[in-house]
Amino acid sequence: MKLIAGPALALLFSTTSVLAAGDGTCAKGKTLTEGNLTIATGNPAYYPWVMNDAPESGEGFEAAVAYAIAEKMGFGQDNVTWVRTSFDEAIQPGAKNFDFNMQQYSITPEREEMVDFSLPYYTSAMAVLTTQNVVDAGAEATLDGLKDLKWGAVATTTAIPMLKDVIQPSSEPLLYNDNADVNAAIMAGQIDAAIYDLPTALYLSAVVVENGALLGQFPAGQSESPDQFGVLMEDGNALKECVNAAITELTESGELAAIETQWLSEATGVPVIE
Amino acid sequence: MEETSLQKDSVEHSAATPTRREVYEAEVRRRSNRIALISVVSVTLAIFVLVPLAPGWEAVQRSFFNGRVFAETFPGLLEAFLMNVMIFAWSAPLIAITGLVIALCRDTRAPALFPLRLFGIAYTDIFRGLPVVLVIYIIGFGVPGLGLPRPWNSPYIWGTLALVLVYSAYVAEVIRSGIDSIHQSQRSAAASLGLSDQDTMRYVVLPQAIRNVVPANMNLFIALQKDVALLSFIGPVEIFRQAGVYKSLYANFTPYVGAALIFLALTIPATRYADYLMNKQNRART
Amino acid sequence: MTAKLSLRMVRKRFDDHEVCKGIDLDVAEGEMVCLIGASGSGKSTLLRCMNLLEPIDDGEIWLDGKDISEPGLDPQPVRQQIGIVFQSYNLFPHMTAAENVMLAPRRVHGLSREDLRPKVTQLFTRFGLGDRMEHYPDQLSGGQQQRVAIIRALAMEPQIMLFDEITSALDPELVGEVLDVLRDLRKQGMTMVLATHEMGFARELANKVCFLDAGRILEQGPPEVLFSQPREPRTKAFLSRVL
Ligand SMILES: Nc1ncnc2c1ncn2[C@@H]1O[C@H](COP(=O)(O)OP(=O)(O)OP(=O)(O)O)[C@@H](O)[C@H]1O
Ligand SMILES: [Mg+2]
Repeated sequence: MKLIAGPALALLFSTTSVLAAGDGTCAKGKTLTEGNLTIATGNPAYYPWVMNDAPESGEGFEAAVAYAIAEKMGFGQDNVTWVRTSFDEAIQPGAKNFDFNMQQYSITPEREEMVDFSLPYYTSAMAVLTTQNVVDAGAEATLDGLKDLKWGAVATTTAIPMLKDVIQPSSEPLLYNDNADVNAAIMAGQIDAAIYDLPTALYLSAVVVENGALLGQFPAGQSESPDQFGVLMEDGNALKECVNAAITELTESGELAAIETQWLSEATGVPVIE
Repeated sequence: MEETSLQKDSVEHSAATPTRREVYEAEVRRRSNRIALISVVSVTLAIFVLVPLAPGWEAVQRSFFNGRVFAETFPGLLEAFLMNVMIFAWSAPLIAITGLVIALCRDTRAPALFPLRLFGIAYTDIFRGLPVVLVIYIIGFGVPGLGLPRPWNSPYIWGTLALVLVYSAYVAEVIRSGIDSIHQSQRSAAASLGLSDQDTMRYVVLPQAIRNVVPANMNLFIALQKDVALLSFIGPVEIFRQAGVYKSLYANFTPYVGAALIFLALTIPATRYADYLMNKQNRART
Repeated sequence: MTAKLSLRMVRKRFDDHEVCKGIDLDVAEGEMVCLIGASGSGKSTLLRCMNLLEPIDDGEIWLDGKDISEPGLDPQPVRQQIGIVFQSYNLFPHMTAAENVMLAPRRVHGLSREDLRPKVTQLFTRFGLGDRMEHYPDQLSGGQQQRVAIIRALAMEPQIMLFDEITSALDPELVGEVLDVLRDLRKQGMTMVLATHEMGFARELANKVCFLDAGRILEQGPPEVLFSQPREPRTKAFLSRVL
């Protein structure tokens, strides 16, 4: 990872600086501190969204996208400040300490009532994380086969509606605070499988969960409302149009796809659940 | 007029006509009720008028007191609360029994049973010294991690055990204080009749001790009702977790307010009742 | 002559305070012995030593020719034979009067409530409490409670009864009803040891009066002698204060 990060970053800055040159006026007067963009991420921020919990490096998908958006809005690398927030801090009423917040927030109509989301910067497949033991015991990547597994998920994610609506398991799922607790429950054999967005699932199965395996993915197009990540902003934030313009530009120019390929390329090759 | 009517009161001494003192006390009571009412109304008014004037009120109202979110999530919260009630229902008797056993261990005097006494002391020291969440995590994930097969690795079993361990330590201390509060003369009286130590404990000391500590234990069980929510850390979806799920789905804190209301609906009457018992006991003592 | 209960050089200390400094006392069968003396002279302690509620430090206590003060001896059988009634009644407040009385026979002798009912009813009736059996202690007057405490001790059918100032917590008008109980027991020939401040009563009924002073029996004898011609100046001083 380290090896390709350097050249990628160089590429990123060289392209964006050219394109963003005439466009730096949109955000004027709309940020917390003039001439500076404050971006929030999770505490800690996870691979592959942010590498090594160091967003300043621009390494990792969300870190790279953040700098790309900033660049389009006219903020150079030095004019980006990072802060950390929890999910709750991001949605609580009152003044925010960030201009926008990126930590795999799924865009939902309910959430949109309370906060603002940008256009999506990533559309994620959902994937089933499990262990080799469960696979060996005969778990199948079919909807019917999934019903009888004991399910778990992180309570703050949109994996829960997915579980309830699509998989409809035969026993009540168990819910946890974070990835580490889900992992502990899998290790303790209390749950067979958990639902994550595909990149997170890939990372967890490869690195964190002992004997981890991916049973399959629900492709992004399959569900009626695909899991799309958006940049979260305070309700009514004037910066929203600037961020949207930047994302549109990145999408149309193919830069966003390039960043995705660079950081999330392993996501292909996971069997699809019908 | 006044004179004669007063005289009539004292002469007839009937239950129907109030005495001078009763008249006076009724007047004092009326006056203090009036003052209490006025101050309650004005404080309430102040809260309802002043708080909404705060600049952030609208945002707070939208994310904490959102009628739409409340209506959509409250039934789900109620349903999840059944889980709390169930966990409480099977934990409470286990805690009471374990607490009693530990209290008796701590109270053993025979030298042969010294290890038991030591165990009782260590148990209460350790489990009263640990935050409940820690014990739930360590036991709820740790013990099943040793490789127990299903259903023996269930978070319900080990989470319950964690609650039992911590709360029985508190209950044991309360019961022990109850045992200590029984005067030595009661033990003497029992011994002088030839009762054995066990019978003295069982028939003379414990019944009195336990009755004395009912209010204190009730407070513990009210606390337990709240701490049941901590089991959500290891998986079970009870009301606190369900509220968290809704919070995340709606990006709104109103479900927490809903959960708080449900808790209060249960704990306020229970707390009042415990206080009532406590007061009654204090009055009986004096 | 062999006494029912004999104390030989009994010593008892609490920490560094010696309360009994070598007590010798004989109580014959059917005899009533009164212990008198100033507050703190060791009367209660001596009684508690007699039925082994307090272990003695030195000396011997003989019951029916058997040394019951041997260290390590199981005190329970002895306590069943020597009943004691305390100044402060010490009834079990969570039990009715009848349950108070039946607890020990049930647990120690293994009798059922049905077995005990006739005898207990008879005892209550005999002491004028036939209609108070189902009352709780706090529903009874002091005199009634003290009589229940006596019945409770008697129900174990002890051979000796010890009474520790059982009337001193009572209102004066209630003292009589409790003393009547003692008279009744005296008539039955019960062997009794009393710590008491009721000098008139001691003079009337005691076979022997012992004056305790600072942990010693300073003087003892028949009441008519001890009360009218005390030898020791300290006895004289005490009697002149209380009579
Ligand atoms: N458990 C105990 N521990 C320490 N000291 C004690 C204990 N019981 C009694 N004493 C002491 O022993 C002494 C004798 O007490 P005791 O109760 O036998 O006196 P008493 O003659 O019965 O007095 P009273 O007439 O007031 O009842 C007192 O000084 C008392 O403080
Ligand atoms: Mg005394």
